[in-house]
Amino acid sequence: MNGLARAAMLSLGLALAWPAAAVQPDEILDDPLLEARAREISSDVRCLVCRNESIDASHADFARDMRLVVRERLVAGDSDAEVRAFLVERYGEYVLLTPSFSIQNAFIWLAGPAMLVIGGGVAWVTMRQRSESRALAPDAPLSDEEAEALQRLLDDESSAGR
Amino acid sequence: MITEIGHFALVLAFAVSLFQMSVPLYGAARGWQDWMRAAAPAAIMQFILVAISFAALTHAFVVSDFSVKLVASHSHSAKPLLYKITGVWGNHEGSMLLWVMILTLFGAMVAAFGWRLPLGLKARSLAVQSMIGAAFFAFILFTSNPFWRLSPVPPDGNDLNPLLQDPGLAFHPPFLYLGYVGLSMAFSFAVAALIEGRVDAAWARWVRPWTLLAWVTLTLGIALGSYWAYYELGWGGWWFWDPVENASFMPWLLAAALLHSAVVVEKRASLKTWTILLAILAFSFSLLGTFIVRSGVLTSVHAFATSPSKGLFILIIMLIAVVGSLGLFAWRAPAMRSEGVFQPVSREGALIYNNLLLAVSCGVVFVGTMAPLVREYIDGTKISVGAPFFDLVFTPFMVLLFIALPLGAIMSWKRADLAKVMNKLWWAAGASLAIGGIVWGLQSGAALLAPVGLALAAWMFLGVVVELIERAGWPRASTGAGLRRLMRMPRAEWGKWIAHAGLAVMVAGIAAISAWERENIQLAGPGDVMDLGMYQLRFDAVEELPLGAPFAVVGCDFGQDAWLKGDEPRNFATQMGRFTLLDGERELDTLCAEKRYYPVAATPTTEAAIDSNILRDVYVVLGDRQLGNGDWAVRAYVKPLAVWIWFGALIMGIGGIVSLTDQRYRVGAVVKQRKAPAAVPA
Repeated sequence: MNGLARAAMLSLGLALAWPAAAVQPDEILDDPLLEARAREISSDVRCLVCRNESIDASHADFARDMRLVVRERLVAGDSDAEVRAFLVERYGEYVLLTPSFSIQNAFIWLAGPAMLVIGGGVAWVTMRQRSESRALAPDAPLSDEEAEALQRLLDDESSAGR
Repeated sequence: MITEIGHFALVLAFAVSLFQMSVPLYGAARGWQDWMRAAAPAAIMQFILVAISFAALTHAFVVSDFSVKLVASHSHSAKPLLYKITGVWGNHEGSMLLWVMILTLFGAMVAAFGWRLPLGLKARSLAVQSMIGAAFFAFILFTSNPFWRLSPVPPDGNDLNPLLQDPGLAFHPPFLYLGYVGLSMAFSFAVAALIEGRVDAAWARWVRPWTLLAWVTLTLGIALGSYWAYYELGWGGWWFWDPVENASFMPWLLAAALLHSAVVVEKRASLKTWTILLAILAFSFSLLGTFIVRSGVLTSVHAFATSPSKGLFILIIMLIAVVGSLGLFAWRAPAMRSEGVFQPVSREGALIYNNLLLAVSCGVVFVGTMAPLVREYIDGTKISVGAPFFDLVFTPFMVLLFIALPLGAIMSWKRADLAKVMNKLWWAAGASLAIGGIVWGLQSGAALLAPVGLALAAWMFLGVVVELIERAGWPRASTGAGLRRLMRMPRAEWGKWIAHAGLAVMVAGIAAISAWERENIQLAGPGDVMDLGMYQLRFDAVEELPLGAPFAVVGCDFGQDAWLKGDEPRNFATQMGRFTLLDGERELDTLCAEKRYYPVAATPTTEAAIDSNILRDVYVVLGDRQLGNGDWAVRAYVKPLAVWIWFGALIMGIGGIVSLTDQRYRVGAVVKQRKAPAAVPA
């Protein structure tokens, strides 16, 4: 486990408290469009001292500081991507709740579609094979015993018919 | 003394489990009937012993025996009785004891009600069940013993985590454990079937009720936890994609898949190996969940404070169970033959599609949950995988599943005609598209979430309606004849309809709350009126309720727990904000939002005030007081269709229960049994 999270866990102890979450009234920007962008970004930024919360949902002081940083950058005219890049540069990739789309993270993003394609392919092929082999192919040849039994039945039939 | 009896009973249960996991299994291999017959009484004995042990621990909590270390660290003499009892499982050791008690309860139920089960299958599955039991008894006795004494005896306890002092959370773990452990029964049957090398309709008929029961309790347990998060965490989030939530969600997804595939095994003798594999995987994910919660390898908001060594023990149990059962699967499964023949477009094909999507979505959650560990292992980089990611990658699979659900549900077995199926559903499809279009138009473009979600919900719901009409034979049949025909339908069919309708209700709730929530966060003082769009909220007053004041407060609706405790004294101090919800001049409701402070644990919590009705929740939270003018930070939300999420889950659960009462699963219903082997005394 990573050191930062462990330190956070120890400091919080068992008595984790997560009441009255998130954005305080005094943080809210006057421009509603800018504020909406700030909310959008902060819901995707991890509160680094919390266990698994975005800065938008956390009440920790640290989260508040980060929310203010996000808003500062936005007011300064940064684009959403620039704000994210700024945070990543400062705190590392760990800060993003949605992992970036990179080679190292490819497995995270592609796992679902890959599983669907492979699983779907296997299911399809098996289904086709099975329905074809059962529907079209003749039944398995009789074993010797079965052939004998059949022959006996036929013989009985023919002798009874005579 | 009573504590020691409990401890001793647990040790005895461990011994019985060692007997039960070996003797019947060997007897079954040798064909010795007496040895096989030993399984059932042993299973019942195990349950009785664990129940004694659990009762002893409960006694220690109720009488606040602080000489027991666990009681001292997790209870307090001034706690309401309800939470003294629920405190038994509000900690690692006690919850493990509850876990094994449920495990042995299931074993005892198979022993008691499974008298029609073939003797070999019964002996083997009870033996496998007992192997799981033995592993966890060892885990409890050697690493997490709840009965350790403490000396010197402290004057009072450290109290239960205040967040757990809540009815929603108090009953959340037992339901979850019933679900996790219920899957162990399917697992044991699967492993027993692999050992026997035979899977038939009777087997599926035995596995399905256990899976149903597990799925129902998991559904309810997860819904309880979600509702708890909703009202307790202070901003009305109801699902966080937290590792521990995912840990319960993955087995749920696989249990849902297993429910559907077991139908194919039972009715069409197909998908046998896949069903066995699912049963193994579903329980493996339960074990994985136990491991995640108890080891702390993933940072989660839920984790019990536990040590890595305990995690390692569970990891070893998990590896043995998973590797062992999968190894057995690889060895024995190829010999199993599926008999049913079917075309890809058929009920069987549709259920395979359902299984594929449920399994893949489970895989997606799994990869996302484990990804931080994997990435850190590969190149040491720490990454986070959180809610926004899961929303993005999980939802598409659900959309694919929901689109196909009504189609698959009315397809015929073996071979279906897609054109005929669409012919029956065209008006449902048209109506759903229209609903989606209207919603899209009304919200003037914006996000697609609400239109798509509500259209899908309507599609699934109307799909059920179409199926009902179809089965009733309307409009050809008269109303009465149709109704009579519907009432005669098997309970399992009704269960399916109810559960699918519940899913539709839940999806509608999720779409509406995610897309249309409205919030107002502002500073306000008594007398201020806040704007909530369609409503107004008047801030009336803030009252101080000291430690020891009664739970029930005049003029307030019952808080989440006042109705359970009435006049009992509060074991916390409260600042309570009183609000009045207004629709213009009309007063709709009084809302009492609390900030609590638990002195023993030195922890604050919030209790949101919620005014619920079927169309929306109004959700109010009292925040911090400002230093300057003494105003309070107030958060108020209007959450459309919020309760539909949990009602939907509840309806799904009811569907499962209705299905469970189907005649086929009743005790003694498994009549399609081969000639009973003549009882030859060994």
